[in-house]
Amino acid sequence: MNVPLAKAVGQPVSRVDGPRKVTGHARYAGEFDVPGMLHAALVLSTVPKGAVAAIDGEAARQVPGVHVLVTHENAPRLPYRRMAQRPQVDAQSGDQLQVFQGPEIHFNGQPVAVVVAETLEQAVHAASLVTVTYEEEEASTTFDIDRGKPPSSGNEKAGRPAETSMGDADAAFAAAPVKVEAIYTQPREHHNAIEPHVTIARWDGDVLTLYDKTQWVDNDRKEIAHVFGIPEESIRVVSPFVGGAFGSALRTWPHVTVAALAAKVAGRPVRVELTRRELYTSVGFRPHTVQRVALGAERDGTLTAIIQEAWGQTSAYEEYAEVTLDPARNTYACPNVRTRYRLIEMNTNSPCPMRGPGVATGLLAHETAMDELAVALGMDPVELRLRNYAEKDQHKDLPWSSKALRECYRIGAERFGWSGRQPEPRSMREDGQLIGFGMATAAYPAHRSEASAEATLFSDGTALIRSAASDMGPGTYTSITQVAADALGLPVEAVRFELGDTDMPFAPVHGGSITLASVGTAVEAACRVLLEDLSNVVRADPDGPFANLSADDLEWRDGGAVRRGGGELVTFETLLRGLRLDRIVGQGDSAPGDESKTYSSCAFGAVFAEVRVDPDLGTVRVHRIVGAYDIGRVVNPKTAHSQCIGGMVGAIGMALLEQAEWDERFGRVMNGNLAEYLVPVCADVRELDALFVESEDRIFNPLGVKGVAELGICGVAPAIGNAVYHATGRRIRDFPILPEKLL
Amino acid sequence: MVPFAYIAVATPEAAIRRTAEGRGAEYVAGGTDMVQLLQEGVRAPLELVDINGIAFDDVSIAIDGIRIGAMARLADVADDPAIRERVPVVSSALQESASPQVRNMATVGGNLLQRTRCLYFRDATTPCNRRVPGSGCPALEGQNRINAILGGSPRCIAAYPGDLAVALVAVDAEVLVAGPTGERTITVENLHRLPGDAPHLETVLEPGDLITAIWIPLAAAGRRSHYLKVRDRTTFEWALASAAVSLGMNGDTILEARVAVGGVATKPWRLRHVEEMLVDRRLDHALARAAGERAADGAEPRGRNAFKVTLLRRTVERALLQIGGLA
Repeated sequence: MNVPLAKAVGQPVSRVDGPRKVTGHARYAGEFDVPGMLHAALVLSTVPKGAVAAIDGEAARQVPGVHVLVTHENAPRLPYRRMAQRPQVDAQSGDQLQVFQGPEIHFNGQPVAVVVAETLEQAVHAASLVTVTYEEEEASTTFDIDRGKPPSSGNEKAGRPAETSMGDADAAFAAAPVKVEAIYTQPREHHNAIEPHVTIARWDGDVLTLYDKTQWVDNDRKEIAHVFGIPEESIRVVSPFVGGAFGSALRTWPHVTVAALAAKVAGRPVRVELTRRELYTSVGFRPHTVQRVALGAERDGTLTAIIQEAWGQTSAYEEYAEVTLDPARNTYACPNVRTRYRLIEMNTNSPCPMRGPGVATGLLAHETAMDELAVALGMDPVELRLRNYAEKDQHKDLPWSSKALRECYRIGAERFGWSGRQPEPRSMREDGQLIGFGMATAAYPAHRSEASAEATLFSDGTALIRSAASDMGPGTYTSITQVAADALGLPVEAVRFELGDTDMPFAPVHGGSITLASVGTAVEAACRVLLEDLSNVVRADPDGPFANLSADDLEWRDGGAVRRGGGELVTFETLLRGLRLDRIVGQGDSAPGDESKTYSSCAFGAVFAEVRVDPDLGTVRVHRIVGAYDIGRVVNPKTAHSQCIGGMVGAIGMALLEQAEWDERFGRVMNGNLAEYLVPVCADVRELDALFVESEDRIFNPLGVKGVAELGICGVAPAIGNAVYHATGRRIRDFPILPEKLL
Repeated sequence: MVPFAYIAVATPEAAIRRTAEGRGAEYVAGGTDMVQLLQEGVRAPLELVDINGIAFDDVSIAIDGIRIGAMARLADVADDPAIRERVPVVSSALQESASPQVRNMATVGGNLLQRTRCLYFRDATTPCNRRVPGSGCPALEGQNRINAILGGSPRCIAAYPGDLAVALVAVDAEVLVAGPTGERTITVENLHRLPGDAPHLETVLEPGDLITAIWIPLAAAGRRSHYLKVRDRTTFEWALASAAVSLGMNGDTILEARVAVGGVATKPWRLRHVEEMLVDRRLDHALARAAGERAADGAEPRGRNAFKVTLLRRTVERALLQIGGLA
C-alpha cells in the first residue's frame, strides 16, 4: 500500500449502503423477523372532540386469531413521567397525547383502541368490528386568525418569540417611498415518506426492544422510558435504515407506546404499522400558516422596513411552534424590523417539523414579498437582494462564521442564464406556453450538538465506526465513512459505519441538518484518539518498528504509519499483529464550543427557476431549477447534489401541488392518501441542478461543513412562485399554485 | 378489510354463475382499483371472483369495427398499432391514464367500471350516499374541488374519474356484455347511470353481467380524433377536465362530430349541443371558441369546483384547436 491514498472527503463516493438498499438487504424497522410476533390494528376516533361514551369490542374479540383488545377501559395505567428537560423535537408546551389512559378525544384520528391478532388481516378485520360511541363536544376546527394567541414561555425560550422589534418598523414602513404589503398562505402539508411508520415491540421480562422507524434512537428510548417509568438501560431501540422521514420520525409518536403497551398486555412481540391514511393523523405535519409581510424601501431598493407576522396552526393538547419569522429577522440588512407570531389551537393531531421547518415557510412569504418589492421598484430581483446583503446576522448582532451568498447569486445566475430574462411579465413565450424566470434566496441556520462515536481498527486493516446516528436518506452512512477513512488514513472500502442502535455511542437527533457537523466531528475525534493510543502502544513496544520515537516522529497515512522524513510504511495489520492485538478502539466526543456565542452560522443558497405556464389552462410545469449553495465544505458532492435536488422536488410539491384538504365539519384531512394528496412524480421533475461554491467553515466546526438537507427545500417554492408571476403577471399568494388560480 | 372468499375462474360462464347468485360476489381483474377499496373498507364483497384466467385480451380488426377483449391490459391496448392509428383518442386516453405499473395490470373492462375518486367516497369514516345509501353527501358543501359540475344530484356529485370511457363515447363504442340471460350490447354512453336518487347504482349492469369486449365501429374509427387531459401534475393523475373529440371531416369542414368530456361530470359526458354546433362548419379559431363557450352549459358548480366551468370551456376549445392543427 505504498501508493498514496487520495482523500475521500470531497470525492463523489457512491452510497456505501446503495447495494444493500437496491438488493433488498437493508433491513428497515418493519422488516425485522421477531419470533412469535403478533400484529396490531388501531381503532381511531371519528370525531374531533369529546369523549368515548362506550366501546363495544365483543364482536372483535370473537374474531379468530385475536389475542387482545386494549382500550382506555382495560389498558394498564402508564406513568408518563415528565422529562427534566423536553427534547427539542417535542412540542415545548402542553402534554403529549397519552394513549388509552382516558376517554377524552382531542382530534379525529386519535387512537381509542388497538386489536392484536395473529395476522394483520385478522387484526384489521376485528378492528373494523369495534363499535365506539362518543359524547361529542364542539370542536375548534377552523383556522381562525382571530383566535391566535402568543406562544408560551417554553417556545419563547426555544427561539419562537411572540414579538421582536428592532428600530421602528411601522413608522419606517409608513414613511417608505416604495412599499408592498400582502397576505400569504401555506396549507398544511404532510411528509409522506415512502416508508410508513412501523414499530415492533418485544419484551424479554423487563427489558424492551423496539425496532422503530426513528431519526433519533436515543431519544426514542428516553421517551418510552418516561412513558413506562422504566430505566433507559432496560430499553434498546434498533433502527438501522429509515426510508425517508423529512422530520416525521424526529419525535416518538403515540403508536410507539401503543406497540410497547400492546406487547406487554399480549405477552408477545407486537408489530404496529400505520396505514397511509393513518399517517395523516398519527404523526405530525407542516402546520397551516398564514403570514402578513410588509416591506418598505428607498427608491434605490434599500430596505427601510420589514414587518412580518405569522399565524401557525397547533393542536389543542400541545403547543408546537416554528421559527417561521427567523428569515424576516436575518435574511437581509434592514434597520427596522418587527415580527409577530401567533398560534391557533385546533382539534387536530400536533404538527411537527417538516423539512426546513419554519424557515421554508417564512422564506416562502418573505422571498415572494421581496419579488413583489423588486417589481414595485422596477429593479432586478438579484440586484435587490445584493443591495440589501446582510453582512452580519443583525438579529443576533453577530458576524457570520462564513457566508458566500454573493458568490451563490453570481454563479447561480450565470449557470441559469438569468441575464436572458426579459423583466416584463408575459414577455417570454415558447410553443404557446408562457415562460417565467424567478429566483429567491435560500438560507438555513447551521447547528451542531454533542455527539459521540467509537472507532475500532482491526488487525486485518479494516475499521468499524459506530454511533447511534440515523440516515433517513441524505447519505450519512457514506459521508461519515469518508470522514473516518481520511481520519484513519484508510481507503473507503476498508471502513464500515454502523448506526441506529442505542447500544452505540450517543448521537444527537438526525434532523436540522446537524448530523455531519455533529457526528462527523465526533467520528474524527474517535479516530484521532484511536491513532494516539496506537501511537503510544507502538512507540512503547521495544521490539516494534517505531520503538522509542516521539509521537511527532510518526505520520499516519495510507493504511499505516511511517517515520517522518523517510522510512518504510508499516501497515496497520503489521503493527497490530506485531503487538498481538486483534483490535484497538478509540472513543471520541464532540460538542459545540463558544463559537455559537460569538458567531452566527448559516448555510446559504440562491435558487433560480424556470416555469412554463399554459395561458388558457392554468397548468404550471417547472422546466428547470438551478441552485447555487454555500454549504461549507462539501464532503460528498454526489450525495450533497442529491440532497439539494431532492429538496427541489419537495419544493415543487410545496409550490404547485401539496395541500391537505381539511373538512372543518369532521376536523379531518379528507385527501389522506397518495392518490389525492399530490406530490411531484418523475414527469414533473425535468432539469434540476445544484452547484456548490467554494466554502469551508472551520469556525463552526473542525470539519468545516454546514449542513445541506433543510437548505435544499428553502427558497425553491418562492422562486417557482416568482417565476409564475413573471410568466403570467399574476401574483399567487395562496399556495399551492393550482391551475384554477391562474384561469 | 372484511374477510372474503376468493375463487379463480377460467370461463365467463363460471364467472357469471358466481356473481349472478346475488351472494355478494364481485369480479376482480387487474385489481388496481378494487384492492385499494378493499383495504380502505370502502368495498366489502363476500367473494372475489378472479377473472384473470379468462382469455379475452386480444385486439382484433373486423370488417366493420375493432374489438378489444375486456381483459386486455391498458398498456397493451394503448400500444396496439391498430388502436394508435385508427382511434388515437383511445390510445392517448390510455397513455395518459394512471402510471405504467397500473396500466400493465388494469384491464379495459375494469377501467370502465372504476369507482369515483370523491374524497368522501374513499374515506369510510364519513357519510357517502354512493358508499352507504342514505347516509348523506358531505361533498355538496365540502372539499369538492375534484367533483362534478355536470350530471350531479342533491345526493351525489362524484365525478366519473376515467379517461378510456370518455374516449370511447367519442368513437360511438359499445360494450359487449354477457349475463345470466345471454349476451347484449350497451353503448358506452349509456353504460353509466346518473346518480339521481340512487348514486350507489353506477351502471346499468345487472348482477352476473360481465363485460367481455369493447366494440368500436369502423365508421367512427375513420374519423380524426384527439384526447386532451388537463391535470394538476404531469402524469399519474386524474383529469380536472378532459375532452375527447372525434370529427369526420372533408377538408376543414366538419361533417360529423363527437365531443365527450371527463373529470367534470358524474358519468362520461357527451356534449350533443356542442356537436351540433360543429357539424357543417369550417373548423377555425372562431368555431372552436364558440363551441368551447357552450361546453359547460347546464353546469352546476358547487364551491371549490367552480373553476371547472371555465376550465372545461377552454379544454374543449383547445382540443378542437389541436385536432384542427390550429393550436
